[in-house]
This record gives sequence, C-alpha cells and structure tokens, in this order.
Amino acid sequence: MGIMKAAKLVHEYIHRDDDGNVDHIETALNGVDLDIEAGDFIAILGHNGSGKSTLAKHLNAILMPTEGTVWVDGKNTKAPENTLDIRKTAGMVFQNPDNQIIAGMVEEDVAFGPENMGVPSQEIWQRVMRSLNLVHMEAYKNHSPNKLSGGQKQRVAIAGVLAMQPKCIVLDEPTAMLDPEGRKEVMDAVLELNKTKQVTVILITHYMEEAIHADKVYVMDGGEIVMEGTAREIFARVQELENHRLSVPQITKLAHELKCSGLPIPDGILDEEELMEAICHLS
Amino acid sequence: MLRDITIGQYYPEKSVIHSLDPRVKLAGALIFIVSVFLFENIIGFLVMTAFLAMCIKLSKVPFKYMVKGLKAILVILILTAVLNLLWSPGETLVQFSFIRITKQGVYNSLYMVIRLSYLVIGTSIMTLTTTPTRLTDGMEKGLHFLNRCKVPVHEIAMMMSIALRFIPILMEETDKIMKAQMARGADFESGNIFQKAKNMIPLLVPLFVAAWRRASDLAMAMEARCYHGGEGRTKMKPLKYQQMDKKAYGVLFFYLLVMIVLKVIL
Repeated sequence: MGIMKAAKLVHEYIHRDDDGNVDHIETALNGVDLDIEAGDFIAILGHNGSGKSTLAKHLNAILMPTEGTVWVDGKNTKAPENTLDIRKTAGMVFQNPDNQIIAGMVEEDVAFGPENMGVPSQEIWQRVMRSLNLVHMEAYKNHSPNKLSGGQKQRVAIAGVLAMQPKCIVLDEPTAMLDPEGRKEVMDAVLELNKTKQVTVILITHYMEEAIHADKVYVMDGGEIVMEGTAREIFARVQELENHRLSVPQITKLAHELKCSGLPIPDGILDEEELMEAICHLS
Repeated sequence: MLRDITIGQYYPEKSVIHSLDPRVKLAGALIFIVSVFLFENIIGFLVMTAFLAMCIKLSKVPFKYMVKGLKAILVILILTAVLNLLWSPGETLVQFSFIRITKQGVYNSLYMVIRLSYLVIGTSIMTLTTTPTRLTDGMEKGLHFLNRCKVPVHEIAMMMSIALRFIPILMEETDKIMKAQMARGADFESGNIFQKAKNMIPLLVPLFVAAWRRASDLAMAMEARCYHGGEGRTKMKPLKYQQMDKKAYGVLFFYLLVMIVLKVIL
C-alpha cells in the first residue's frame, strides 16, 4: 500500500432546506479508488465541479467519507485519534493565498503549523528558516504578507506546510488565482521540492500544462476517475480529454491536429522541443 | 480614505520600541491613555508631548505614518471640537446672535482634540511597532490568570490576531466592491445621511458574504495545519522579559509618577 490510498470512496453533500429536511443530495465523489506511492508527483485534473477539490479534502481528514475508506500513511481518516497524525503527514495548500495565511508576518505564519504540533521553540526556528529557504522566500521573513504578490504569498503558504515536515503535500488548485508569473514561481517551487526533497506531491489543477511533469495523472469527471496513466499516455488521448471538458496544451493540440491531417507524428507530445524533433524527423 | 487607517498595521523596522516585550507596550499604552485623561493643564500637556515624541523618535516609524491614522478620525475630531466649542458653559468670549463661544469652550475643544489625537497616536505606536501575533501573545500571557475564572484567553487572543490580520484585506475588498458597484451606477456620495446609509446596502451585503466565505476558508486552513486550540501549543517566540523591558517599565513608572505629582500639585 502506498502513502495514500482510497478505496471505493463516496462523498455526498446533503443540502437541507430551511426546515432541516433533506432537499437534495449531491454526489461529489462516486467510488474513487486511488493508490499513491511515496515520492511521486501526482496530478489530478478535472474541470470545475468534477469532485477534485472534494477528493483533496479527504486526503487531509477535513472531510470524512460517506462510504468507503481513505488511508494516509496506513491510518484510516475516519478514526478521530488519527486526525492530527494525518494532518502532520499530509500538508495542504489551498487556492486562495489570502485565506490561509494566519499571522501578520511571514515567519510567524510559517511557524503556525509547528507551534500547533508542540515543537520546541528552538526547533521551530530551524524549521521556519529551512522551509523559507526551500521556497526562496528567506528575504521576506520579516515582511507583512499583505505586501507580497500572489505567487509569493502562495510560496509562503507552501513554506508553512513544509515547516510541519509532512511526507506529502496536497495542493488544491494553488495557482488558480495567480498571474502567469506567479504560477511559474509556485510550480517551480513545487517541482523542486519533489525532486530534491522527495516530498510526495499531489497537485490538483485544471491547467493541463502543470501536469506534464507528473509521474502519474488522474483525470476526474462527475466524481469519478475516468482516466489514469502517465502524462504522455493521457495527453495522447486528446479527443477523450476534450470530452471531459479539459483543454490540452497548445503544443499537444497542434501535434494532434497535424497527426489528424495525416502527418506521421507520435502521440502525446508534451513540449515544443519534442514537436520540433518530430517534425524534423518527418522528411 | 479607507486605506488611511493605520490602526492594526505593522511597520517593520529595527528599533528599541520594536524589540520591547509586548506586555511592556500594552502597559505603556494603558498608562498613556490614563495620563491623557488625567492632564488638564499646559505642563501636563508638555510632559505628555515630550513622552510621545520620545516614543515616536525611538520607534523610528516616520511621523507622517502616524498622522495618517488621524485622517480616519478627522470627522470625529471636527465634530468634537465644534460641539465643545458651542455648547460649553462659562464666561462669554464672543457672541453672534445665538452662537456663543466661551473661554471654557475653547479650552474644552482644544483639549478634547488633543486628547483624541494623542489617544490614536499613542495606541498606533503600539500597533505599528508590534506584530499582531506578538500583541496578542502579550495579551494572552499578560491575562493568563483570567483562565482560572474560565475566561477563554487563548481563544480571544487568537480571534483578535485574526481580526487584525484581516483588517487590511477587508479594506481592500471594500474598496474593490465599492468601485465595482460604482461602475454599475451605484451612488455612495450624494443624498442626505439616510439615503447614504441606504446606499451602503449594495456594499455591505457582498462584503459580509465575502467575509463569511473567508472565515470558513481560514478555519479550514487552520485545521489543516493541526490547529486544535491552545492546548499543547508551543511558541516560536516565547515571551521573556529582557533587561531592556525592565528599564522600560522603570521609564513608564517614572512617567506615571510625574503625571500624578503634576496632577496633585497643580
């Protein structure tokens, strides 16, 4: 069993009317099976409302399964005594950088997690400095988060999670509210963490470009995992992806169109260089 | 105008005042507030001004920054001045038909304006030089004894620090919503006071909804980072009195003494 495992996971949001009677039930997750190996970079793709954020919240014991089970590092999320351990193992970064920074100073915010865990003061300092170094934000440690850019805020949020020394980080659309520059900053930081620190990364996103570096990609639609494979395998199935309302990166799309019009270009082109090489080999 | 409110904002700098223990600064602010309402004459006022000037100088925060906080209470200041000027009893100084300005009135309005502005400046020295976290840490530790009478000190401190952190964010949001509503023809400027209040509804409703959403997001983010109340929590910067803090207490005590002596003598 990997570091994270979900079996037949079902989650239902129950909507009630003013009198407390059940109005309607919305099934956000419908029988999801997932098994994630430690050290992997996983991308979970899906359009809005596909259930991907609900899945993310299950991996951190914020939501409890209606049916089925989730294990994080071998611990069942349903047992209340496991909750704190699970949250130490799986850190979570949310979409809106403003709504997850608690303190009025960068270093104090990074310290929030370890403080809650009861880490001794001396060690908190070391952890804070190390985490800020990892996301290249050490120069801003005394700044107020309000004065930072979106990308910088999100990197602070990542540092705040890293200071808890989790084995795994779940990022729930961390770049959705950022400009292209901030998006790149955050993605670079996440990739570096995965490569140099072997932190397991679960990236939830609807930007397909961010998934090309992933070891494994899951595509969700209607609360179910509909596609699963390496980035190259998934990106080769352009038509299928579009049916799930995801738009493939332009380069992949271009390669696909060229292939459709009869050129012998391989499936699953991920970046410009690959396409260039493929075109050069044509003649 | 909304951006001018400096209360609750931190000004990063390295100074003696910045490095003081928050409990000292809290006590200092309290003593200063008491002294502001104690003084009634020019000498007391001079001592107070000297003390305030010393604090501002030591804090290295630009004076301009502190005065900016006053802009937010400008209306209150003017109102206080006018009311005191017009409705104070005593010796008549000038009189135009029904408007009667008395000597007492001039003094009262002058003192009230000085008191209010010193109050704001004095407390903003505290908030500008102390991060909200440290400030609430100071309160939490300074008021810890209340825990015995079942006052949830940690929870209150946490709520305060979050409130302070979100002041600038909500300000920005208000600005944004205001502009968005103005772009769609909302009018916040004209009309009498009742119409103006009514015109605020399209501003307040979205602001409240956004604040609730933020609150629930934040609660989730805090939980995800293992927050489970004050129990078993450690601190990155535990509060400990240094040599400097003892000296500062000495200065404060001396200041209080001077104020009391002045009050008694004069």
